[in-house]
Amino acid sequence: MKIKKNLSKTLLAGPYLVWMIAFTIIPLCMVGVYGLTDRTGVFTMDNLTLLAQRGYMKALLLSLGLSLLSTVICLALSYPLAMILRSRGNGRKGFMVFLFILPMWMNFLLRTLAWRTLLEKNGVINALLDLMGLPSLQIINTPAAIVLGMVYNFLPFMILPVYNCLMKIDNDVINAAKDLGANAFQTFFRVILPLSVPGIISGVTMVFIPALTTFVISDLLGGGKVLLIGNIIEQKFTTANNWHVGSGLSLVLMIFILISMAVLNKYDKNGEGNAF
Amino acid sequence: MTKRNYFFLAAALVISFTSAGCGSSREDNSGRYPNGQVIVYNWGEYIGEDVIAKFEEETGIQVIYDMFETNEEMYPKVESGAVAYDVICPSDYMIQKMRENGLLQPIDFSNVPNLKYIGSEYLEYSRAFDPENSYSVPYCWGTVGILYNKTMVEEPVDSWDILWDPKYKNEILMQKSVRDAFAVAEKKLDFSLNSTSEPELAAARDLLIEQKPLVQAYVIDQVRDMMIGNEAAIGVIYSGEALYTQEENENLEYVIPKEGSNLWFDSWVIPANAPNKKNAEAWINFMCRPDIAYDNFDYITYGTPNTGAMEMMDEELLENPVLFPDEELLEECEVFQYLGPDAEAIYDEYWMEVLSE
Amino acid sequence: MKRLKRILADAYLGIIFLLMYAPIATLMVLSFNSSKSRAKWGGFTLDWYQKLLDSPEIMEALMNTLSIAFFSALIATVIGTLACIAINRMRKSTKGLFLALNNIPLLNGDIVTGISMMLVFIAFGITFGYGSILIAHTTFNIPYVVLSVLPRLRQTNRSTYEAAMDLGAAPVQAFVKVVLPELFPGILSGFLMAFTMSLDDFIITHFTKGAGINTLSTLIYSEVRRGIQPTMYALSTIMFIAALVLLALAGRPKRKKEAV
Repeated sequence: MKIKKNLSKTLLAGPYLVWMIAFTIIPLCMVGVYGLTDRTGVFTMDNLTLLAQRGYMKALLLSLGLSLLSTVICLALSYPLAMILRSRGNGRKGFMVFLFILPMWMNFLLRTLAWRTLLEKNGVINALLDLMGLPSLQIINTPAAIVLGMVYNFLPFMILPVYNCLMKIDNDVINAAKDLGANAFQTFFRVILPLSVPGIISGVTMVFIPALTTFVISDLLGGGKVLLIGNIIEQKFTTANNWHVGSGLSLVLMIFILISMAVLNKYDKNGEGNAF
Repeated sequence: MTKRNYFFLAAALVISFTSAGCGSSREDNSGRYPNGQVIVYNWGEYIGEDVIAKFEEETGIQVIYDMFETNEEMYPKVESGAVAYDVICPSDYMIQKMRENGLLQPIDFSNVPNLKYIGSEYLEYSRAFDPENSYSVPYCWGTVGILYNKTMVEEPVDSWDILWDPKYKNEILMQKSVRDAFAVAEKKLDFSLNSTSEPELAAARDLLIEQKPLVQAYVIDQVRDMMIGNEAAIGVIYSGEALYTQEENENLEYVIPKEGSNLWFDSWVIPANAPNKKNAEAWINFMCRPDIAYDNFDYITYGTPNTGAMEMMDEELLENPVLFPDEELLEECEVFQYLGPDAEAIYDEYWMEVLSE
Repeated sequence: MKRLKRILADAYLGIIFLLMYAPIATLMVLSFNSSKSRAKWGGFTLDWYQKLLDSPEIMEALMNTLSIAFFSALIATVIGTLACIAINRMRKSTKGLFLALNNIPLLNGDIVTGISMMLVFIAFGITFGYGSILIAHTTFNIPYVVLSVLPRLRQTNRSTYEAAMDLGAAPVQAFVKVVLPELFPGILSGFLMAFTMSLDDFIITHFTKGAGINTLSTLIYSEVRRGIQPTMYALSTIMFIAALVLLALAGRPKRKKEAV
């Protein structure tokens, strides 16, 4: 009786399992198959080793660099913000957090478009600078514009988990540290920071991965002059019509994601789903 | 959990929204369109404003309309069979590639009587990529040239060289499509734009890399708006866009450089897996009707091969060198050819090197 | 000292706030600009809004976006919630396996998810269109539902369910009457998280959409690549105001409750 009951409970995971296998596992296997074969279907590692070539390597390194930089900037902006919000009165806190994540509800492409409007050669910022008699700002179509776009788009994804995690820290713990003679500096580095690591990790994950794999931001703010690994993969699929190379590069990207996850998970003790 | 309340409300609103939406957009259309549908795959902004509506009304065929930005983007969609289109409008070399790879089927011209309006010289040109004239019907044609802003460029423009002039750093817009970009460099170097020689292509690549610091952006359809908005001084553009941009910004001028350029044709073809071939032919026939061809021309301002539509044009337009360039200059121009998978791979590789530099 | 700290903190909040909202405000202002140029003010107009409402493509894309978001979130919620009930009862090792599986779409980067689905749809001969987008969105939505429901399920008291059974309720009845109400907040937030993610998605839709169908994201993308039309500014303004009004309205009863 008991076994039967448990079995029927387990069956509830059936649709989930079928769906995930059909649309997550099998698709990834297909990427693997495409990535490790050439057009004639013969096994090859060429699609992976291609990355050693100058053009590809450059794009990969640039992607890694820009996404790391954006992640660091996001964290540097979010952490003080979350600390300040934490210290504010209960009534207003919710509303303020809401204000800082509200832009997330506006379409991702429109948010990016906004920056193009601002940064363009004849854009809003330059028009204002011109009015004030200042020299114009030329960062559109450069890596700087892309970092700006990444930070702007992904900042809420960092604020939310860091804030949620900081909110979970009991005030008593902080007070206890103070009572035991820790100064503000020590309290922060030995109590608050270590306790907020899970939040930081979810935040980093949620910023770093989309930044590393994006092709839209570089497309809209880079004017085709800045090529990221995401752009190459996208082009291999949509215009160069070489799915094998595209899949091979995706495999490499997955390896990078796995490595960074493994590194992060080392610091994350109670792993699952702190993001929300 | 403070989020709960507003989530609730959002959910309620969303549900009401969606149910309303589904009702209207997924209704059964068989009453309005007794003759089925035709799935059209065309360039963006490449058809007259009311032409689709007219076609639907007159033929009772529903049009599913999809757009692409480059030939290269269109090809994998058709080849993979992800979507079975009925009628597509690729350019010359891409038609050749599709034909050679068995992606096209011959058109039954008894269903396209309006073919008689297509000027014979255009059919003659088409033989370069469609030797029997059996797979394609010309839709638009033109050249690639330089569009420049007279207020920002003082010297006379007649050569591709100006795209390498450091004076115009950050004022240059290049085409972000592999063949068009390479054609510029190849012509400047006095090579054929159908070159498959590796040293020549490498030289063209190096020239493009040398040019990159001067380029403001690599774009496609955006050249038009950016030139109108004075965002740049010089842009590489299709001749068809020139008339439109001149209407919007009178300081713009179009030239075909003296080294020669690309002469191109966009033609209607029917893919081998088209589910509604008859309707596709009805579509092509409709596009060849003089009044429709004129409507299209009037809106998109690309050169038409339709003699009936030409008769409807003003004298002034018929003499416009942008639409109808000098014979001499046309002699210098080449039509793209499909170069085979090996050369194509080299072009792709080199193009990526340019973009990633 | 405390005062200074407070001022500094306020200034910091202000700067971030400005950074977040200045671009949105710019779009809003430009949506009323009769000149197409970004740099010149040509006078106030509502034309772009009129154009927006008159455009059948944009309206259809809006409907597609909403209905795909709704149905994909709904399907994901059902599949995800059922799975959670099962996962919650599993042995630790099996559970770990399921959670790892669940994390794949979350960690993979949208581009990989997008292309992998495209490959599989082509291999299975699934026609690209409304259906393929719906399947793709459901797939990346399921993990979000699981992540919202599972922690909630862990908090529920198993004995209430058993008590209901002891009192003669059938298992299904006991579940619907006892467990479900307790889970409901988790399910709802999972649903809305999924809904939001689907609304905002571009990359996965980009790879899995078919002919003649657009969501707002894909439509905006193709429009923007052709040059920025002021109708896009109008669309941004409307979307932002809609989100603001929706969230602000619903936020009101919350504050009252907190005051009590």
